[in-house]
Amino acid sequence: MTITTNSGNRGLQIEQPLIFEQNTKGDTAVDLPPIPQVRTRLGTMQRQGRIGLPGLSEPEVVRHYTRLSQKNYSIDTGFYPLGSCTMKHNPRLNEKMARLPGFAEIHPFQPVSTIQGAFELIDTCAAWLKELTGMVAVAMSPAAGAHGELCGLLCIRAAHEANGQGHRKVVLVPESAHGTNPATAALAGYTVEAVPATEDGHVDLEALKTKLSDQVAAVMITNPNTCGLFEKDAIAIAEAVHAAGAYFYMDGANYNAIVGRLKIADLGVDAMHINLHKTFSTPHGGGGPGAGPTVLSAKLAPFAPVPQVVKVGEGYDAVEHAGDPRSPQAFGRMKGYHGQFGVFVRAVSYMMALGADGLYQASGDAVLNANYIMARLSAELTPAFAGPCMHECVFDDRFLKGTGVSTLDFAKALIDEGFHPPTMYFPLVVHGALLIEPTETESKASLDQFIEAVLALAQKAKTGTAADEFRARPLLAPRRRLDETKAARKPVLRWKPIEGGAAPTVARQAAE
Amino acid sequence: MSEVRYTKDHEWVRIEGATAVVGITDFAQGQLGDIVFVEVPAAGKDLTAGGEAAVVESVKAASEVYAPLSGKVVEGNAALPDAPETVNQDPHGKGWFFKMTLNNPAEVSGLMDQAAYDKFVADLS
Repeated sequence: MTITTNSGNRGLQIEQPLIFEQNTKGDTAVDLPPIPQVRTRLGTMQRQGRIGLPGLSEPEVVRHYTRLSQKNYSIDTGFYPLGSCTMKHNPRLNEKMARLPGFAEIHPFQPVSTIQGAFELIDTCAAWLKELTGMVAVAMSPAAGAHGELCGLLCIRAAHEANGQGHRKVVLVPESAHGTNPATAALAGYTVEAVPATEDGHVDLEALKTKLSDQVAAVMITNPNTCGLFEKDAIAIAEAVHAAGAYFYMDGANYNAIVGRLKIADLGVDAMHINLHKTFSTPHGGGGPGAGPTVLSAKLAPFAPVPQVVKVGEGYDAVEHAGDPRSPQAFGRMKGYHGQFGVFVRAVSYMMALGADGLYQASGDAVLNANYIMARLSAELTPAFAGPCMHECVFDDRFLKGTGVSTLDFAKALIDEGFHPPTMYFPLVVHGALLIEPTETESKASLDQFIEAVLALAQKAKTGTAADEFRARPLLAPRRRLDETKAARKPVLRWKPIEGGAAPTVARQAAE
Repeated sequence: MSEVRYTKDHEWVRIEGATAVVGITDFAQGQLGDIVFVEVPAAGKDLTAGGEAAVVESVKAASEVYAPLSGKVVEGNAALPDAPETVNQDPHGKGWFFKMTLNNPAEVSGLMDQAAYDKFVADLS
């Protein structure tokens, strides 16, 4: 039975027009006195027309944004198995610590003597990162993962220039790399050359060796890689790269799989960024800023950017300028202040709450959960690579062959089951990929619920008669399948007033 | 008389004497899905066989279109950027990407003919 409602709402799922479509001219939350008539002094800066703010009362505004927030799906709502994004729980303790007035209400321009506690926290975060990775230095200021990559490559460029190797202009990046790696190398002024992957999803070591030369500045390798596999040849790669006079950059976006399990310094890594907002839990993906501190080997440490927090006697000071004798070779500055300080507070809170043993267990549980999903889903789905995997598992679309159902249709059907779809069609080296990362957050019960839903959908797809239904999915979500093609070809990026003040039509269309 | 050859990266090239027309194959457009963005090279650009020549982006992924042969761009298909769906609708006809001169016609022998490409695609799926 299909029910249509007069309001356009579905149960307590409220259809919400844009705020501009709720404009009642003259409505306002505050009662202001009339504006006195005065001579304008704005000259040519005088406003030419009304700016068109909508008129709404306070309860209307509150309801509008509350309803929008209820349409959001987040890790606080349910399972969010987005591969490569590490959507793990954000402990509320972190938020409480970040809101302590001594952290939240300080300003970067305060005298150094009044922010010693903040500097101690930055130094504590740095000490944990150096201890966990075995690296000698860490640049704390990069604002996110890709910014950290750039920091690493700028250190590498500065080191080459200092050593008379400035002619090296090539950075090698595997096919399966994160898309940010080639983008970062290009931004740092390098030419990118791709290194092929082997059939089993690893970097092709022999192909890499043939591409090494005295023109290669660095090799960037994601480890564990985007196929969810540990690069077992990492040490051999480092040795070959160093023998060619180049540096080994490791993309640490997937560091959460190996925290406490190995020190990346032992792999021969020269630089690696750490996504604090993924590995050490803080809101991200639209929920807050990231932080991408970059750990450095002894060869690169002298070139780390300013500002740097340094210990002086019992207290701390900041190296603020590249010419400072305490850091004479610093390549410069990447960011206005000391980095995403609020994220440092959350990361340190997470580290200290878990402790060394807890961090060790977290990476182990993340890998265990991914392998549990991979093992159980292999009953119906087709893993792209033989296991065991690391913190994420990847399936190809062989299991959908001949069913008329695509990876996209399958992912959309998961929305009806109440799950955020996994990453689709990435990594590119896997045909019709589904990339699933559960993180250590999920209990066995929540993993089982997800697994049962995926298995049931796979069985349904394989009947060969459900293609039309899958292509129509999602059927139960507030919105049906969105037209991604039209959105990309003819994007509507801005609300424009409707000529003649026509009534909004969005709600009624949506309710159909 | 023209002859059509293919690359392993799923470009087609129709050779017409000293010039050639290049596009992506029906198999390639099918794999990409709905194409939403196309960038074609400007006339005069030098191309190296196997080097990047154009960009095609679908709802699934962005990909490079590689030059099947070495030469110089004579004309990019100016209609494509505003109507990228043409590549889905008519990949071997109106969906052509660019026309080029050939530096070395001998390179043609390194490309696949229709029968070889059909077999290459059959082996992929």
